[in-house]
This record gives sequence, C-alpha cells and structure tokens, in this order.
Amino acid sequence: MKKSLPTWADVVLIPAINVFLAFFVAGLVVLFIGEDPIRAMGIMIQGSLGSSYGIGYTLFYATNFIFTGLAVAVAFHASIFNIGGEGQAGVAGVGVALVCLTVDQTHWLLALPLAIMGGAVFGAGWAAIPAWLQAKRGSHIVITTIMFNYIAAALIIYLLNNYLKVPGAMALETRGFAEGAQIPAMHEIASWFGASISRTPMNISFFLALLASFLVWLLIWRSRIGYEIRAFGFSEKAAVYAGIKPVKIIMIAMLLSGALAGLMAINTVMGSEKRLVLDSVLGAGFVGIAVALMGRSHPIGVILAALLFGVLYQGGAELAFEIPSIPSQMILTIQALVILFTGSLENMVRFPLEKLFLRLNRGTA
Amino acid sequence: MAVTEDVTGQPDAAPTTTAPAIGLTGISKAFGPVQANKDISMTVQRGTIHGIVGENGAGKSTLMSILYGFYKADKGEIKIGGVPTIIHNSDDAIRAGIGMVHQHFMLVQNFTVLENVVLGAEDGALLRPSLAKARDILTSLAKDYELEVDPDAIVGDLAVGLQQRVEILKALYRQADILILDEPTGVLTPSEADHLFRILEGLKAQGKTIILITHKLREIMAITDTVSVMRRGEMTATVKTAETSPAQLAELMVGRRVLLKIEKAPAQVGETVMEIRDLRVVDEDGVERLKSINMDLKRGEILGVAGVAGNGQSALLEVLGGIAAATSGTVTMNGEAMDLTHEADAGKRRDRRIAHVPEDRHKLGLIMPYSAWENACFGYHDRSEYQAKAGLLNRLFMRDDARAKIEKYDVRPPNCDLKAANFSGGNQQKIVIAREIESNPDVLLVGQPTRGVDIGAIEFIHNQIVALRDQGKAILLVSVELEEILALSDRIIVMFDGKISGERLPSETDENDLGLLMAGIDPKANQ
Repeated sequence: MKKSLPTWADVVLIPAINVFLAFFVAGLVVLFIGEDPIRAMGIMIQGSLGSSYGIGYTLFYATNFIFTGLAVAVAFHASIFNIGGEGQAGVAGVGVALVCLTVDQTHWLLALPLAIMGGAVFGAGWAAIPAWLQAKRGSHIVITTIMFNYIAAALIIYLLNNYLKVPGAMALETRGFAEGAQIPAMHEIASWFGASISRTPMNISFFLALLASFLVWLLIWRSRIGYEIRAFGFSEKAAVYAGIKPVKIIMIAMLLSGALAGLMAINTVMGSEKRLVLDSVLGAGFVGIAVALMGRSHPIGVILAALLFGVLYQGGAELAFEIPSIPSQMILTIQALVILFTGSLENMVRFPLEKLFLRLNRGTA
Repeated sequence: MAVTEDVTGQPDAAPTTTAPAIGLTGISKAFGPVQANKDISMTVQRGTIHGIVGENGAGKSTLMSILYGFYKADKGEIKIGGVPTIIHNSDDAIRAGIGMVHQHFMLVQNFTVLENVVLGAEDGALLRPSLAKARDILTSLAKDYELEVDPDAIVGDLAVGLQQRVEILKALYRQADILILDEPTGVLTPSEADHLFRILEGLKAQGKTIILITHKLREIMAITDTVSVMRRGEMTATVKTAETSPAQLAELMVGRRVLLKIEKAPAQVGETVMEIRDLRVVDEDGVERLKSINMDLKRGEILGVAGVAGNGQSALLEVLGGIAAATSGTVTMNGEAMDLTHEADAGKRRDRRIAHVPEDRHKLGLIMPYSAWENACFGYHDRSEYQAKAGLLNRLFMRDDARAKIEKYDVRPPNCDLKAANFSGGNQQKIVIAREIESNPDVLLVGQPTRGVDIGAIEFIHNQIVALRDQGKAILLVSVELEEILALSDRIIVMFDGKISGERLPSETDENDLGLLMAGIDPKANQ
C-alpha cells in the first residue's frame, strides 16, 4: 500500500526514461558542436551492436562491468560503499598473472580455476584491509578504499618494475602467457560449433560473469548469509539485536566484493592481454559503481546496466573514429550524463511519475 | 449519556458570542487507495480543551496535519474563528493562529531556549533586537502560565518536560490562539504531566483553545471539556467529557467492548531463573547508566520495571539481551554465569533461552523492508529447522512457520508476504511477540510491549504475556506506562537514575507512590 509505483515502472520505465533523457541531453551537446546527433547515435549503435565485431567488443567491456558492478552491489547490500574496485581488480591482476606465469605450461582447464582463485584471493585480500579497518576501527571505508586505489596503482608499478617485467625490456609488462594459460576467446568457441565470428577480445570469462551473477543472486536472496547481509544493510542495530555480528558481515561482504572485482582480471589479464600490463583496469572499477547504482544492486539489473555501458564504451570508440570532430571526451560526457541521470537525478523522474500513477490509480479505483 | 453519532449535532456549544475557534466540514484525505480521513466535521469552541482519541492509524495525525498545513485536504472546508481559511503550509497555519507541539520535539539541541523560540520568527536581519523582545515576552508568558524556563539554558541540557515547555513557548511567541498537542505526555513523569495540565488549564483560562491528541483515556477524562473519537478515518462521535466514561470511549475507539482490566490468576511463583548481581554499565561517554543493579527473575512471575524513559531500563534490557556489554557484575541463568563481555552476542542469549521483545520494534525488532515471513524467524534464522542445503535458507519452512505464527497471534492482514513496514504498529508488535514467545524461552524480556499499539492489540498482547507467565516462564516487563505496569506485574521495581529506587507489590502501591519513586523519592522510606 505504501508502494506508489508498480514494479515494472520502477525497474524498467524509470531507468528507460533516465537513459533516454541522458541521450537527449547528449544529443543536444552533439548538436552544439555542429554535428548531427541522429547520425552520431546511429554510429554508436551500429558500431557497438551492428556486427559480430562490435558485439564482441561490447560484451568484452560488459564482462568487466558485470564483475565490478556485482562487486559494488554485494557491498551495497550490506550498506557498504566499496569504491575500491579499481584497486582490487588491479591487485587481482597481479594474482592472476602470478598464477598464469607459474602454470602456463599445463592446460587452460587447470590454469583457469587456479587463476580464478588467484584473482579472487588477491582482490579479496586488497579489500580485506579497508574492511578490517572499518569493522574494527571505524575508519570510513569510502575514504580507505579510495586511498587503497592509489596504493594499489603504486604497488603494481613497483612490482612490475622490480620483479615482474621481462628483464632488460622497456615496457612495464610481464612476458606473455604461454598457450597453457590462454583461455578460449569467443571466436574460438564459436569455431568449435562451426560458426565464424570476428576476432575480438571477448572470451569465456563472459560466461563466468553470467555464472557469477547467478551465484550472487543465490547468495543475496536465498542464503542465510545473504539474509544477514541484507538485514545488516537495512539496520545495523536490528542486526545486532538478532545476534548478527557486524564485524563478520562487513568482512564477508567486503571479501566477496573484492573477490568479484578481482575476477575482472580473468577477462582482461588472462583473456585479452595474456600478460599483466600497466593499467589493466582502465576505470572499470569506477564504472562498476554506476553499473550497480543503475542496476539497483540486483544481478539482472547489473547485467543490463553493464551491457549499456559496454555499448557506450564500444560505440563511443567507434564514434570518435568515424567523426573525429567529436572528441573522445564527448564519450565521457555521455557516460557522465547517463550516470548523472540514473544516479543523482533519479528522483527528478520518479516524483512526477509517482504522482501520475497515483492519479491514474485514483481514476480507475 | 448523549453520544452524538452524527457530529453535525455537536453537543450544545458553550454559550459564547464569538464563532467557534475551529470548524471543519467534510474534510477528506486519501493517500493512494487509503482513505485516511473520511468526511470529517468537527467544531471546537473557543476557550476549551478538546481531546481527540483513536487507535493508531485512525486518522488523528492526518487530520491535525491538514489543520497545520502539512497536507492538503482533498475535500472539505476549514474555518478558523468563523473565517474560511485555506492552509497551504505551516506558515499559513501560524498566521491563522495555530501552533503545534509535536510528539517529537522540533528543537535545535545546541541553541539556547531564547534562540529556539525566536528561530524562524526573527524580526530582521539582526538577531539582537529579536532576542531582547523575545526575552521580555518569555518573562511575561512564564508569569502568566507557569511556563518558567531559563531563557539562556541550552535546550539539549534541559529535561524533556522543560523542552516541551519550550515548544509551547514557541507556539505562544508566534501568538497562537489554538494549540495542538500531539501525545504530549508520552515522555513525561506523572508529576511533569500534572504540571503540563496545569499549564493547559491556565492557557484555557486565558481564552486559548487547545486540541489534545492522546491515546490515554485517563488524560482525556482528567482535562478535556469535549472529546472526539476517531475510528478508521471517520469521526465516530463527539461527546462532552463530563457525560462519558473511559469504557464508553474505549468502545467507541475500537468498535467493540474492551476489557481495560486484565483478568489474570494469582501468580504461581516458582524458583529463581535469573539472578542479577551488582550489574553496572558505564557507556562510552563515561556515563554510568546502570549502578549496581540486583534483581531476581522467578518462574511464573512478571517482574515489572517502571520508570521514566532513560533511567537505565534500556541499558538493562540491552545487557540482558546481549546487545551491549556490562562493565561489571554477574548474571546467572539457572545457576550458570553468563558472558557479559563484548564477546557475547544476542545469538548466545537466544541459545540460553532468553527471548527479547525490544523496546523499539522499528529500529531493533523488525527489518522493515523484509516481509513478515522473513521477520518471523529474525534472530532465530540460524536454527537448524530454517536451514536448507548448502547454506541456503529453507524458505518453504520459513513461510509455513510464519503463517502458523500469523494465525495463532491474529496478525492482520494475514499475509506473510507483506513487508513489515506495511503492517500497523499493533500487528508489527504481534509479529515480534509471536516470534519471541514461540521460540519457547525460559526468560522473556519485554520492552514497551504496547508502545504505539492500538487498544484492541494491547489487550491481545497483554493476554499473551500473562499466558506465558502461567506456563511458568519468567518475564521481565519494562514499560513507561504505569497503567500497564500495575495491570500486568506480579512484582514491581522502579528505576531512577540507573538505580532501583524501590520495590513494591502491585496490591501495596498506586500511581502516586510509583510516581514519587520514579522521581527518586521513596515515600515509604521516611515512615
């Protein structure tokens, strides 16, 4: 009875209107710099969804965003704002690389589960320190996770420069992984079934991301620990009353969050680059925040939002290529508009819509 | 006993030449499908105290919010002093001479009394002239109405009773002729409440009109001239207080006969289950919240803990319930010592068969966005019967379990998928009570079991507590409602300032005696 909007309007209509508004304003900006917004839009969609090449890249980016989005979402359910996905994914890259460099003489079927563990453990480990500081010392996790992003960046440079890079080489990167640690790319998987698609960095990790989404759903909405995490997220006091230990919940939620962010490294370090390079995360950790916000911290929402941001990334790259007068900053502007409209300006759409539905309901009642 | 079921037939108005202070005609207000106020008409004569009673959710607050400009009525007309008035917001209400004292005070804690009174009613950009003027007005108000408060005291340092006076002063400073008080005595000791009533009488004598919203029938009988009863959004009756009785009002509120007294057999007190010795709690700020508490809980006995809110009762419940740690002292359960350190948690208490109905069901007892079935095992969700395979919860069993509890405890609506937030206060409390009692505890800790609960549910909840006692369980009942303490308890202790200020048997005491103990004075000690 307190609910003024039907569920479909809440989860479909409002995000759709928000995205539309974001694109509308972005279109105005394109118009302002003297280009045709309809054409720009067409290029973006064509470039991201119009070919198996475009789709491959879109889904490759989306895979990253699903992992980082899930990471933020899990922490959100415990009312914890994990802004450290960037650092956690970066450090996890080191973990994945160490595993791959060690076992790349075997077979990817062995290397993949080990690398998953490596990425998850390193990602979780990097999240564990801010989590512990929050749980035991009350240090605000937003601050500490941001700080840890910078520490992670410095740490990775240090490790690459002193221990991991090929001796004597200029580039700050490890050697390429041998065949034994190369997971199948999507065009290879397609060829097993006789299909032929373009060569893209999209790889088997995409399915891993979908599996992770399902497991997160199972964890949050079906398991005992998920019940406790959500209860803690809604009310810490009530959780304590019910015998749920805050330290335990903060640690579990953050370790899971860090591990999920860390799995992104499977897609990039192991899947596409096949080596650890500097800047392997490239902002995906931060995009995860927007993805979780827009996806309402629900795995399905996260997947959909990740796809949208995948389209924005890939379509944006195409756009910058096709219309050079639209600078790449323009793409950032569009992404920022989407975040602005879906995140902070959500109530701008919500309130009038609630009123409208109220009026409609009264009309029918 | 003239009950006018139709309010247009208002009992003969006090002979006055002026128009009634408030005239409402046909006020309706809907929130979505919920009709909060249905065609309400009410006349309040100038210079009277008019009570409004009704269960929670009957629409009292909505009606007053319409009068004070928080909501706009869908239909109907408001006349203030005979003049049709449209009230869009609280500024309009203040201009029309209406002042409101909210249940939760709207005061800036770190401002002085004077600053709070002036806030929002400054005369100009400079504060000093306004403050000087306010000081004069406050002094004269204090003289006229027994409203003495130190104008330079910081509001946060004042006792609740005094803070309430500041709220009244704020309204009077804005030249309110009509004063609405929403549940004003909820936080007061009996003597503070008496003082408030004297103030209200004084205001009435000066020609002010007062509307008193309360659920305490005793107060209605004591102070009002007329009383309107609301039920399910409608005004079911307006009667002269002198011509009605509490029993009749209760019946009008609930729509059926209500037993105001609890029928219970004498207690069959058994052996001691829980022994509390020298229990002390010093909080983070170094404030001693419990000072060497000693008490025993016995089988088959309801031990009532009376006291004004904030005198250590909450700390006692929190320590026993495993939410907070004790600083020193021992608690033994069936002869076995309990861990009172930070290492203990509420789950361990439940394992020791101590159930806890917390004082604040909104913040502690329930997860509001969780459905009833998720709440119905909250705190017990780690018990084996609720588990399925691989760390998942057995949702089928949880729902069956919740349905059984909902049926047994008459939770309405009987829908286990409804979110806790969407139940009324009484039904929320029934969910908590059902969960805690059905866990089959040896000791039940109950805090404010009927706070914000409607009369029909109060009766039910009280009967459940008595039934548990009759099964030979020990019950610790903490309540700020003296009526409740007197009606339920087999033994009463009174807490004041973190200490036990006295112990009584219900047969040997009354509200005056307990009221003095609540203020830290033991009248029997001096005899």
